[in-house]
Amino acid sequence: MSPASPAPPLVAVRDLVTHFVRRTGLLGARRETVQAVNGVSFDIAARETLGLVGESGCGKTTLGRTILRLVDRTSGEVRFDGQDLFALDPAALRRVRRRMQVVFQDPDGSLDPRQSIGRAVREGIEVHRLARGAEADRRVEALLEEVGLPAGSAARYPHEFSGGQRQRAAIARALAVEPEFLVCDEPVSALDVSVQAQVLNLLVDLQSRRGLSYLFISHDLAVIRHIAPRVAVMYLGRIVEQGPADRIYRQPLHPYTQALLTAVPVPDPGKGRQRIVLAGDPPSPVHPPPGCPFHPRCQHPGKDETCRTVRPELRELGTGHFVACHLAGR
Amino acid sequence: MPDAPAAPRAPLLEVRDLAVRFTGPDGVARAVDGVDLTVGEGETVGLVGESGCGKSVTALAVLRLVEPPGHIAHGSSVRLEGRDLLALGPKEIRAVRGNHVALVFQDPLSALNPVLRVGSQIAEAIRAHEAVTRSTARWRAVEMLAAVGIPDAERRAAAYPHQLSGGMRQRVLLAMALACRPQLLLADEPTTALDVTIQAEILELLDALQRKLGMAVLLITHNLGIVAERTRRVYVMYAGQIVEEAPTARVFARAAHPYTEGLLAAIPRLEERRDRLRAIPGQVPPATDWPAGCRFHPRCPHAWDRCRTEMPPLLPVAEGHRARCWLVEEPERRRR
Repeated sequence: MSPASPAPPLVAVRDLVTHFVRRTGLLGARRETVQAVNGVSFDIAARETLGLVGESGCGKTTLGRTILRLVDRTSGEVRFDGQDLFALDPAALRRVRRRMQVVFQDPDGSLDPRQSIGRAVREGIEVHRLARGAEADRRVEALLEEVGLPAGSAARYPHEFSGGQRQRAAIARALAVEPEFLVCDEPVSALDVSVQAQVLNLLVDLQSRRGLSYLFISHDLAVIRHIAPRVAVMYLGRIVEQGPADRIYRQPLHPYTQALLTAVPVPDPGKGRQRIVLAGDPPSPVHPPPGCPFHPRCQHPGKDETCRTVRPELRELGTGHFVACHLAGR
Repeated sequence: MPDAPAAPRAPLLEVRDLAVRFTGPDGVARAVDGVDLTVGEGETVGLVGESGCGKSVTALAVLRLVEPPGHIAHGSSVRLEGRDLLALGPKEIRAVRGNHVALVFQDPLSALNPVLRVGSQIAEAIRAHEAVTRSTARWRAVEMLAAVGIPDAERRAAAYPHQLSGGMRQRVLLAMALACRPQLLLADEPTTALDVTIQAEILELLDALQRKLGMAVLLITHNLGIVAERTRRVYVMYAGQIVEEAPTARVFARAAHPYTEGLLAAIPRLEERRDRLRAIPGQVPPATDWPAGCRFHPRCPHAWDRCRTEMPPLLPVAEGHRARCWLVEEPERRRR
């Protein structure tokens, strides 16, 4: 039974596992398996935003890429509008790809420095044969205006723009093919506070104007709070807590979520808080611990043998509020 | 948060009229343009601003680490315990760096020598300033690693930087910076690249070490949360200038400069979801072409004629609180 949202899902992820092998050691002689995503399930409905929060190494980026089929899954399923993404033939896949797009943290990852902004935005329109010639030009101008770039931007190159503007261009490029679903992977993390606010406002506006769904990935809890009514917390390849943002932020039930929330510095000098300090190093996805992936760092006083040996599954502890912890709710 | 000395004493660090210029193909960039700031003994002071405001260059200038095409302009003054650092010869300034004033910044990988073991690097830093034997320096290096919370310090001292995680490397940098027990630590975005849980640990550690060593810290960051939690006083920087200075509590409760207000309104909050973030329109102008008058005026919701032509000085708002804004003199001009 996986946590589902009320409307039929646009994106349905079931027991997704992505492991990949990498070379390591002197001269790359050794090989190790990175268990980046280790059994993840969730749904995202049309026009909905799911926030995915976690720290480095938790697998959130690999999860985003697997959902877009930018990397291969090891097992499990990703369905887009009911279709099994990993079972599609190339033609069908291309049609589905148009409906799901991505915005990365580093706009230089989506924008070719040798291409003008106009060219970059136009590319998708042409590849998917959505328009040609003057009509394509008109669409490009309209998109650049929609994302708040000044007139005449189409002819200019990425390096002529600021970080925030490049990110807007990357968003315009993603929107050019009129997708229904956008994976936003740390889209504002590299931006200054005031620019971040501008781009976040833009993403919210675009969503309501175009009816988009978002999987919004970030390590920044405050940003996620702002943009996602539903949140999933990821740790070492698994979702440890998921539910309505209000519940998770006000009454986090998983010890990791609790520690995470107390670690965020809050711009309010008056507020004294009890900080839960995690013990030990962040885990390695190459050697995930047995039992609960969080147990080595967990500060819960009731931590016991079950925690060390049995992997907890997500249980529903409140309406739509799921937690993977043996001790939560006790 | 460490206690700050309440009564005004001669400050440990006194920067006056600091100006740093960079000459480039686009003209002269006035990256730091007349900055005054002080840090008292044992005090933690924040220097906050976004990219391009000049805060990092300010830190480099204090330690005379500005390289051509940048140079510190005539008329600038940087005094440590009354001593003019800008007038020191190369040998003397090297004796100050790392010893009296240390610097920690964002990217540990670029600060650490990749081919030297971390223990050796710390030992080297100690021997650069103190006449101690190799074995004493080694031993102190291990002590320092343990003090910054690296488990199994003796064994870890033999590690190379790339063998350590980001959080560990940052701790090593901290260990190196503190090995000679400096009076002042310039920490430039020391935790920005780290996960939030690790960040919390490092900042906690910095607090503890600071209390133990009686060290002052100039904490340079764009993160207002860190400023709120860790500093007693804060300087807000914009376009090469200090635009507001105040006790931290005041800045958050009653900021006087529209830029500071803008920053505070732009941050998403943990406690609640707001419909819209009030973004500051426009962007930071280039340092080669600062606007005339008040540098923030093109982006300011309250700007009027005077702002476009006359550069405001830092005007007194309250005790210990100044803001570079004509609204301080003409509050009725504030638009609702």
